[in-house]
Amino acid sequence: MKARVLLAIAGLLLAPAALAIDTTQLPDPALQARYEALTHELRCMQCQNQSIADSPVGLASDLRREVAEQLLAGSSDQQVRDYMSARYGDFILFRPRMSARTAWLWALPGVLLLGGVVVAWRIVRRRSAMVADDPDFDTPDS
Amino acid sequence: MNRYLWPLVAFALLAIVLGVGIKNSKTKGVVASPLIGKAAPDFVLPDLRDPDRPFDSRSMRGRWYVLNVWGTWCVECRAEHAALMAAKASGKLPIVGLNWKDDSAGALGWLAQLGDPYVAVPVDADGRVAIDYGVYGAPESFLIDPRGIIVHKQIGALTDAIWESDFVARAVTP
Repeated sequence: MKARVLLAIAGLLLAPAALAIDTTQLPDPALQARYEALTHELRCMQCQNQSIADSPVGLASDLRREVAEQLLAGSSDQQVRDYMSARYGDFILFRPRMSARTAWLWALPGVLLLGGVVVAWRIVRRRSAMVADDPDFDTPDS
Repeated sequence: MNRYLWPLVAFALLAIVLGVGIKNSKTKGVVASPLIGKAAPDFVLPDLRDPDRPFDSRSMRGRWYVLNVWGTWCVECRAEHAALMAAKASGKLPIVGLNWKDDSAGALGWLAQLGDPYVAVPVDADGRVAIDYGVYGAPESFLIDPRGIIVHKQIGALTDAIWESDFVARAVTP
């Protein structure tokens, strides 16, 4: 019984691997890791909301072939990204590059966070001033 | 101003910015090509109608032409075919038909049945030339100038009107 349950769990865990779109295996584990990372950060232009690693369409498999061939030929990750964006534009990169055009995209979360901190700090200060000024205010200990 | 009004003002501003953005994006889902203004990648591929005589893109230097990416599996290509035939009949711009990841027998049958608007039909069986041109869906059409520079790219089916306004007009008065 226990063995069957374990088998069922193992089957469930392995199911996604069996369903994988991409079964490419590069000879070197380090290359394979870079290949998988790269194909997950390149957009499938035909379906647009999937990476080329997850997409079954023909163009995605052509682009995966291109990534694999370039890695095998010794290209760096950045060279592969540049190759893709030179042809398809920055839109193919799921991780936008830092440039004058995208700087606001990177800066905005920090700016918003900072703004939130300032607002929160001012509210806390005002409240604590109100408490300090209030003669009727009793702490539970007093 | 009432401080409770500020969020409303911020919301209204955001709504206006987004609204204008959506309204002005007549080309939703169409990605601008980074290749506009750059040299069209050169290639040599076998010609569909005569595989022994390869087509060399450099043979088109010195004149304006259109590179049209098509395949028999492409539904929109069938829709634009009449416009291509009309374009050929008008004789203003030669059209090279890049046959993208297609079955050659089927492609020959398509041209025999619907008419052949192309001056050459290079066969891109494994899709490598299409990648060099940043093609992500057929049909796509590139207007290429006499120096071999990509001047304009049309994503999606051509019509008679688009052919005149975006291709012929640009080629005559660039």
